[in-house]
Parts: sequence; structure tokens; C-alpha cells
Amino acid sequence: MGSPTLGIAVPETRRATARRKKLRRNIGIFLLLAGPNYLVLMVFTYRPMFLSFYYSLLNWNLGSQMAQFVGLGNYAEWFNDPETPRVLLTTLLYALCTVAGGMAGGLALALALNRKLAGRGIVRTVTFAPYVLSGIAVGFLWIYIFNPNIGLLAIVLGWFDVASPEWFTQQPWPLLMIIVVTLWKHVGYVALIYLAGLQSVPQDLRDAAALDGAGTLRTFSRITLPLLGPITFFLLITLTLSALQSFDLIRAMTNGGPLGSTKTLMFQVYVEGFQIGRAGYGSAVATVLFVLLLVITVIQMKFVERRVHYQ
Amino acid sequence: MTNALTQRRGATPAPTATDPAIGRHRRRRRGPGSVLLDAGLYVMLLLGTLVMAFPLIWMVLASFKTNSEISTLPLQLLPSSWDLDNFVAVANSIPLPRMIANSVAITAVSTLFKVLLGLGCAYALVFVEVPFKKIAFTVLLFTLLIPGQITIIPNYVLVAGLDWTNTYAGIIVPGLASAFGTFLFRQQFMQLPHSLTEAAELDGASHLRRLFQIVVPISAPTIAAVTLVTIVSEWNEYLWPSLIARTPELMTLPVGLTHLQDLEGVQNWGVLLAATTVVTVPMLVIFLFVQRRLVAGLTTGAVTG
Repeated sequence: MGSPTLGIAVPETRRATARRKKLRRNIGIFLLLAGPNYLVLMVFTYRPMFLSFYYSLLNWNLGSQMAQFVGLGNYAEWFNDPETPRVLLTTLLYALCTVAGGMAGGLALALALNRKLAGRGIVRTVTFAPYVLSGIAVGFLWIYIFNPNIGLLAIVLGWFDVASPEWFTQQPWPLLMIIVVTLWKHVGYVALIYLAGLQSVPQDLRDAAALDGAGTLRTFSRITLPLLGPITFFLLITLTLSALQSFDLIRAMTNGGPLGSTKTLMFQVYVEGFQIGRAGYGSAVATVLFVLLLVITVIQMKFVERRVHYQ
Repeated sequence: MTNALTQRRGATPAPTATDPAIGRHRRRRRGPGSVLLDAGLYVMLLLGTLVMAFPLIWMVLASFKTNSEISTLPLQLLPSSWDLDNFVAVANSIPLPRMIANSVAITAVSTLFKVLLGLGCAYALVFVEVPFKKIAFTVLLFTLLIPGQITIIPNYVLVAGLDWTNTYAGIIVPGLASAFGTFLFRQQFMQLPHSLTEAAELDGASHLRRLFQIVVPISAPTIAAVTLVTIVSEWNEYLWPSLIARTPELMTLPVGLTHLQDLEGVQNWGVLLAATTVVTVPMLVIFLFVQRRLVAGLTTGAVTG
């Protein structure tokens, strides 16, 4: 390089200084605008996530001054607990039924609403309305309807000479009941998302298929359904995440009972952490739930997304 | 019929099909099968609408019935009188006006902050040039994968340590940031033409002015949609406020509902359903007015994301 002459060196340093100054100013502005959001995310999302791993290694009760390091003891206890297989099964069954049922029902509803039928606006509004309501309120409303003695459902079943099942006490009805209410609450939302997708499927593509002699079913399976791929993928992930974290309806309708038969992993976190107060053990269950969520999301992304974007 | 066919043909760029194929196509579109399908769909949709709507109607009706009307068979559809006894009983049992005020205030403050923080963050991520932008965005994106429910035990420990249990701050502050809203805002901002803000930059407008005088007004539909989705989820939030609010004076409406159930017992249907009506009906009414925007908010996430 050699030593540059004074005449060239000065402007270059000046430009570098200006650049550095601008960068420093930009970083300042970035911190000013994005800083608050990141600060809250760090303190109330990232910090607790890492802390949750740490708590899970402790034998520690909520509010207690004494904590004992037990390594993976809490996890060992959870894996050996005879209750665990049932909690896992309940969680997976609930997720599977609400996600699959919600998507099938929502797609069917969307396909019906996509035809130019009179009054479809009303149907769309009515079916979507439950989605905006409080889970606790919806739960209360449905325990009244499911009541085996005075509930609306018992009356309707009575018309067909069917005795109402003991929804709240006899297996497998309690979990089934919560699944039904979850579907009632979510199906309109799924239909709405699918409807938005259906309306973006170009009509001339379907017309062309029809002209080529493809039947309704064939057009649907070869054209409409593949084009809905990305939306199906979005719904699969968001519905699974929300099913695994579902709390309000279970709290309102069965409170995890009877005999723990509607206790999901999420509900177990609540029971262990706050009702029993075992913060360490509860955090271990929370970590298991988190890992399960991550694994399911990653699997869905790896195996489903690849099939979604084919042309 | 021929008219419809020519229109259809006109819409298709290059009709390559032969005449018989078109003939078959026409029969299928207009044939009795299609009419039958529509008729069947009507019946299904009618039944479906009934199943969706009737529980809510039944709830409102029951909120006017006395407990003996509710529990004597055969059931009557309509209450014998439309008095407000159950609602009065709710107000006597829990501080209902206070809970409504709590719900409104907490929802308003949380939503305002969530939207403001999200707007600032999304603007910085799109329009401010810094070397660590990619990492910053990844950090934001990953929070979408951290379920809020996982964080409750450590957050509760922190809030209790700050002596924030049973305070509004304890209910509101942990939920002030929104990764999802920020994400949607960012998507929207990236679609804006850069010439727009570059012109303002040449005019010497500061970033804050560019955000609030150019970017925000243009993005109004997205902001409205995200705001509505946030309002709905804040209004219905249950688990966190139920852990923090210890006294009825701090409870929101959904927390008040379970509190009322603890006080009145599960069998006091008239009173419980009156309270449930108070929680749900205002939301339903608001929903009817803002439906279109709310739907836009929910679908942008799916269709663009």
C-alpha cells in the first residue's frame, strides 16, 4: 500500500468517520424503536425459557426459600410415574382429534361456503362467532348443555329415545366432550382460512380442468387441494400448537378430572406448578411439553412442507 | 345457456377442448345433480348453523330463567318472565362493574402497547440499516415457537419477587411484547415500495416521522386487523390473570366467571349463565360490527405467512 499522500488520505478517513457515525446513529435508532419490544421478549419469554430448564433440575416448591439440586431427578420421576402414559395419551388424542377433525370439518364448510349460495354470509358469521368467545365462558355454556339431567343435549337425545351418557363421570365421555366443544369453537376459524385460500385458487384453472373432462372430485383432488397446500400446512402447525397448549376449556369443563382423565401435559404443568406448588417438577413437565412442541413442529416442517410447494 | 357458455369460453384463454367435451361440461354444470347438491348443502348448512347458534341462544334464554324453570322437566323454551333477577344476583355476588372496567382497561392498555412496540420493532427491522438485522429477526421468529404457557412458572416467580401479584402491572407487563404482531407488521412493511421512504429520507424526515406520517397511515388496514385480533385474545385471556389477580377487585371478566362458580356452586345455573351471557354477548355484538377487519387480520397470517 505504501503511505498515501495527504490529499487522498484525508477524504477517505472522513468518509469512514461519516460511515461510522451513520452506523452508530442507525444502531441508536434501531435500539430506540425495536429495543422495548426485544427487552420485553428477553425478560418475559427468553429468560423464563432458560430458567424453566434450570428450575426443572431443582426440587423446589413455589415460594419456598429452599431448593435442592436433583439433576434429572424430576424427569426420572415423570417418566416413571404411572400417570404419565395416560397424560401423554390424553394430550396426543386431544391434539389429533381436534386438529384432524377441525381441518376436515373446516375444509368441508369452506367448500360449501365457496359455492354461491344465498345466505352464506350469515352461515359464515354464525360458524365463526364462537372463535372470538372466552374459553371459560364457552366451557360454562357447554357444561349446561351437556348436563345429563337438564341439558339441551339430553333432551335432543331423548327425542330419539337415547339416554344421555354420563358425560362428566364415565370414560371416555369427558375427553370426547371437550374435543367436541373445541371443534365447535374452532371449525369456523378453519373454514375462514380455507375460504380465503379457495378464493385465491384461480377460477380459470378449475374451468380448464372441467373443460378437459375432469369431474368435480378430480378437479378437487388434483387442482384445488394441492393449491391449498400452504394453507393446510399453516393450519396444521398453528392448530397443533394451540391444541397442545389448550387450557381454558379443560379448566372450565372438567378441571382435569374426573380422576385425571382430561389432564393434558399443559394442564399438568398448571396442577403441579400452581395447585400443588411443585415449581421444579412443574417446570420439568413444561420442558417436556416444550420439547414435544418443538419436535412436532420440526417434523411437520421437514416432512410436510416439502410436499406442499410442488408445482 | 349459450350465453353462459360463450362467457365461460371467453374467460378461458385458449379453449382447446372439442365440442363434445364442452357439451358434457355444460350438462354437468346445469344438470339435476348440481341442483340436488345445492339442496343437500342447504339442508346441511341449515343444520350446521343451528348447531352453532342454538347453544348461544339457549344460554341467553337460560340467563332469564329461574333455577326451578331450568331444572324442571319438560323444559320450556322461553323464560316465564324477562326479569333481571339472575343478573342482579351476579352483581351482588361479584363486583361486576369493576370487573368489566378491569377487562376493558387491561385489554386497552395491553393492546395499545403490543401494537406500538410491534410497529416500532417492525419498522426498525425493515427500514433501519444495521449489521445485526438478520440475527435480530431470527431472535424474534424463534419466540413464535416458545409457547407462552411454558414461561408461566418462571414469570410467576419473577412477578411474585417484585411484589407484583395482585397488581395491574403484574397482569399487564409480562404480555406487552408481541412477536406475532411484529411479524405481521414486518410482512406488510416489506411490501411497501422503498421509493416512498427514500423520498422522505431525502427530505430529511426523521425515522420517527417516517414511521408515523408515512408507513403507519399506509398500513392502516393491517394495523386495524392486528389490533382487533389482539383485542380478542387479550379480552379472553384467562390463565395468567387468574394466577395474578387474588382479590375480586383486580379480576377480569373470565377470571370473575370461575370466581363466581367457586362462590355460587356449579348447580346455580341461572346465575352462572347470566354471568356467561355478560361475558360473551358484548363480544358477539362487537364481532358483528368488525367482522370483516377481524377476518382480514386472521387470514393475512395464513395466506401471506
